[in-house]
Amino acid sequence: MYAQMVKSTGKGVKTREEMSEDERAFQDKIDADTKIEPRDWMPEEYRKTLVRQIGQHAHSEIVGQLPEGNWITRAPTLERKMILLAKVQDEAGHGLYLYAAAETLGVSRDEMTEDLLSGKMKYSSIFNYPTLTWADMGAVGWLVDGAAIMNQVPLQRTSYGPYSRAMIRICKEESFHQRQGYDIMMKMAQGSPEQKRMAQDALNRFWYPSLMMFGPSDADSVHSAQSMAWKIKINTNDELRQKFVDQTVPQAEYLGLSIPDPDLKWNAERGHYDFTEPDWQEFFDVIKGNGPCNTERLGDRTRAWEEGRWVREGLMAHANKRAARIAAE
Amino acid sequence: MADTIDRTALQQFLLRMGDNTLILGHRVSEWCGHAPVLEEDIALANTALDLIGQTQLWLDYAAEVEGAGRSADDLAFLRDVWDFRNVLLVELPNGDFGQTLMRQFLYDAWASIMLGRLQKSADERVREIAEKAAKENAYHVERSADTVVGLGDGTEESHTRMQAALDYLYPYVGELFESDATDAAMVEAGVAPDPAGLREDYDALVGRVMADATLRLPEKAYVHRGGRSGTMHTEHLGHLLCTMQWLQRAYPGCRW
Repeated sequence: MYAQMVKSTGKGVKTREEMSEDERAFQDKIDADTKIEPRDWMPEEYRKTLVRQIGQHAHSEIVGQLPEGNWITRAPTLERKMILLAKVQDEAGHGLYLYAAAETLGVSRDEMTEDLLSGKMKYSSIFNYPTLTWADMGAVGWLVDGAAIMNQVPLQRTSYGPYSRAMIRICKEESFHQRQGYDIMMKMAQGSPEQKRMAQDALNRFWYPSLMMFGPSDADSVHSAQSMAWKIKINTNDELRQKFVDQTVPQAEYLGLSIPDPDLKWNAERGHYDFTEPDWQEFFDVIKGNGPCNTERLGDRTRAWEEGRWVREGLMAHANKRAARIAAE
Repeated sequence: MADTIDRTALQQFLLRMGDNTLILGHRVSEWCGHAPVLEEDIALANTALDLIGQTQLWLDYAAEVEGAGRSADDLAFLRDVWDFRNVLLVELPNGDFGQTLMRQFLYDAWASIMLGRLQKSADERVREIAEKAAKENAYHVERSADTVVGLGDGTEESHTRMQAALDYLYPYVGELFESDATDAAMVEAGVAPDPAGLREDYDALVGRVMADATLRLPEKAYVHRGGRSGTMHTEHLGHLLCTMQWLQRAYPGCRW
């Protein structure tokens, strides 16, 4: 999940009696699975919640280039370098679709970027963890993209048309990302003792941060209840986290790697794995800016934005000159 | 390909082509996630990806011609500085975005002419690689030329920066047109053109773009050379290789 703890109205879901006529008609469309399009009437809070959610998702794609970009120059073969470049290029492209989707809600990409850099808008907590060895490229693809897919697949059915269509395109590419990650893990797990050690170490470091990607339990959250009523959130965080654990445990077993959770076990009665919750205090620390890489990640993005100002201004000035020349002819 | 061809010369020629794309592709990939605008991040990653793809083709062939059981990856990751045959231009540091795009254009302009000629090579493999690379290069040169023009003819600051980039890089352009015994052997075998023969078209193309960009080409620039013959490199290449080759050197013989 690339959007965590997105706030909605904070007031709980209105009953039909409490809704205005417009709100009732809007909710009826959503209940009938009719997509909401940019020019349709929508409650202001629906629009704001979507901007927060799509914006956070877009920022995550952009900041998410950095931990993988950290290894592009050190990729061990030409093929791996190409695959990683293609993947990071996809992520920048996902950012572009998502910013474009958010722009249909009346907020510009530049405004959202400024909000990211000022700390007003967030990106996924996962990208504040470092990538220390090549096996981390495997773990990021396998676990991080795996967790993202878990969330994005249902979001293809989300109520807002542009967001839903962006998700459909993104999901196609994400499954390739996850496969390439698992493929790296496979090579590492079957490789030399050092490679196996890297693979296990990567799993140890990325397991709990991946579980945190779904956000804390939102079973009782008024924000989530509203977002689910509006179908901009389809499943609860706990449902998705469980699904992710159930899917990932057999994959780890196949790799011959151990999930770093001594209490992990199959629960036949529930038909699911029981597992240890991540340390939520760590999660809140990371969200507040105290993760291992928050300073570097935001610093990198801020530098890129500020050092790129002359480029954006230069290209804009040239475009204006050209337009003026064409108009004069 | 003629059986009589000097295989050492052919291998050297292929290394020159593949090392140019490898080192430039690596440099461009250093930008990942740090471009001035999202579209540029995508374009830079795409350019790097194309260049590394071309590297794979050139170095695969170089390794085959060498016939010593080495792979393209061995050539990329296990040679030291003195065995690299790229021109010095491509190993120079990225500098600011303007310097990166100016270097890209100065290379792309050369590649667009070189690849055009190589599509008529007597060597089928060279022809095939050039055909594929030329398609990618057509997009690269269009984009790098547009960006050089946009920034050269942009604001006062962007103009000043682009002129500084051109002044710094231009002394490294001359090496692209140096001819030696390897080139003579390639001309003789009909594999590749004489580099010196590309200069006229290059000057015409670069002159046009710089005029649109309102930039002034340095007159009688000194020519730094030695990369493509392997007699000299800049100090920058060693650091680039330290990064690029680190995993293969630290954990030799592994499969990745």
